[in-house]
Amino acid sequence: MNASLRRNGFAWLLLLPSLLFLLLFTFYPIALTLRLSLFQADLSTPEPVFTGLANYRTMFQDEVFRKVMTNNVLFALGTVPLGIALALLMAVFANKALRGRGFMRSAFFYPTLIPMIAVANIWLFIYTPEYGFMSRLLSWFGVNDINWLGTPGLVMWAMILMIIWKEAGFFMIFYLAGLQNISKELYEAAHVDGVGRFTVFRKITFPLLMPTTLFVSIVALTNAYKLVDHLMIMTRGGPNNSSNLLLYYIYETAFSYWDQGMASALTAVMIAVLLLIAAVQFFGLDRRIHYN
Amino acid sequence: MKTKFTSRLGNILMLALAAFWLIPLLWMTVTAFRPRHAALSGLFSLDFTLGNFATVWSAAPFATYYLNTILIVVCVFAVQMLTASMAAFAFARIAFAGSSIVFLLFLVQIMIPADVLIFPNYNVLKQLSLLDTKLGIMLPFLASAFGIFLLRQVFKTIPAELEEAALIEGCSQWQVLWKIYFPLARPTYVAFALVSISYQWNNFLWPLIITNSVENRPLTVGLSIFAQSFEIGVQWTEVSAATLLVITPLLLIFLVFQRQFIESFMHSGIK
Repeated sequence: MNASLRRNGFAWLLLLPSLLFLLLFTFYPIALTLRLSLFQADLSTPEPVFTGLANYRTMFQDEVFRKVMTNNVLFALGTVPLGIALALLMAVFANKALRGRGFMRSAFFYPTLIPMIAVANIWLFIYTPEYGFMSRLLSWFGVNDINWLGTPGLVMWAMILMIIWKEAGFFMIFYLAGLQNISKELYEAAHVDGVGRFTVFRKITFPLLMPTTLFVSIVALTNAYKLVDHLMIMTRGGPNNSSNLLLYYIYETAFSYWDQGMASALTAVMIAVLLLIAAVQFFGLDRRIHYN
Repeated sequence: MKTKFTSRLGNILMLALAAFWLIPLLWMTVTAFRPRHAALSGLFSLDFTLGNFATVWSAAPFATYYLNTILIVVCVFAVQMLTASMAAFAFARIAFAGSSIVFLLFLVQIMIPADVLIFPNYNVLKQLSLLDTKLGIMLPFLASAFGIFLLRQVFKTIPAELEEAALIEGCSQWQVLWKIYFPLARPTYVAFALVSISYQWNNFLWPLIITNSVENRPLTVGLSIFAQSFEIGVQWTEVSAATLLVITPLLLIFLVFQRQFIESFMHSGIK
């Protein structure tokens, strides 16, 4: 009895510091958000007034909010499948390339290390009309100057391209790790049987990498909602909210308009979205995948 | 014969893609070393200068920004290492009441990271009167659920016999943690260090929100303020030089440790 008590006490003592920070900066803020989202708390109300679900009602009628949510879905649809496909391709080649393997890995991976804010500066220059790299490249092909970041129909594509450049190398690493875990005998057997390269990929490599694909897609999907630093430098959500995303909208609502109730309601939606993504992983997709 | 040809072709195409991936970095590096008129003219010339770096260094307090970032990165990682090792040891090796529930609680931090809770965390920091302090920048990151899960995986693979032997020799459990588990998990600590350091070095939104004085600003916030102090499109050479100043340390570390970096990532169980 005494030993078990000591063991329990020691375990909780070890956990104490981590738990303290977890409670203070994850659970307490979540509770704070849910509570404040039920209040009207903005510049015109010095003392918050309880208004129930009014913030949520206003939010769902707000055109900007709807646009932001649509943008975020588009952004995810644009970055996740393409980023993952490219990462897989990179990994397969960077895994067995005879020449330039280290070069390939470094070239694909380095954007991961660069702060998003620096990436934004670089790509802002690349997308600049007239002087930017894009404009110069396209002018060789006789295409007229395009204002990538100033055109509502193009700005999202410009962002998607940039994010794929930034993220694909990161996902490549996980695929490289996954490829290491596939037994060599499988490939040798396929080789002896004279199976073609593409069939080997389709029947062996791809199915056995499914757990990695699932993991990477969850990370990519979560990132699609988390990445916003670039918007501060490049577009501020514009033009006309065509590049605005949920987290940036939260930032604007909280720190530019000081509408604290609405910012809390938006944060609550964000939490719900992230929990939904996690739930899909735990309860849905995970069962359909066979692990080796 | 045909497969050999297609595989070589694929390899060449991927090398070309890798080269393409380098264009943004090369473009910016070249721009940073060129006088303004040469950078904007579009024609290649042999005009190179270090003037942009001199301008940048004197125009904004980058030395202070550097010190702040280094201080934040080092402190956060040091504390994370301590808190995460302790918690991971508890989860991996001690059968205690409530372990699965607490484990689930930590999972929430992975699902809902601090980046998302910017507004409520700002309020928490205000209640603690820690706005515009370096401690405030660090606080939300001092416990890392990611680190706990990572280290727990590794601690579990360390044979229990080692621990039993040490206990028989008269070591306390605390000594076992620091003398056996800590050194044996070194490769994982390297991987965790790289993740933690690059995350803190690059973190932007949170420090932007809570700092408003030069003494507390990290590099990323300093860079964004510097870049936005110009009319768009006018001072690309200076902005490129400043950007290069911010990203070079991490890129150098990466180039030097490239092999270990990618291998430790691949074998650390982050998957």
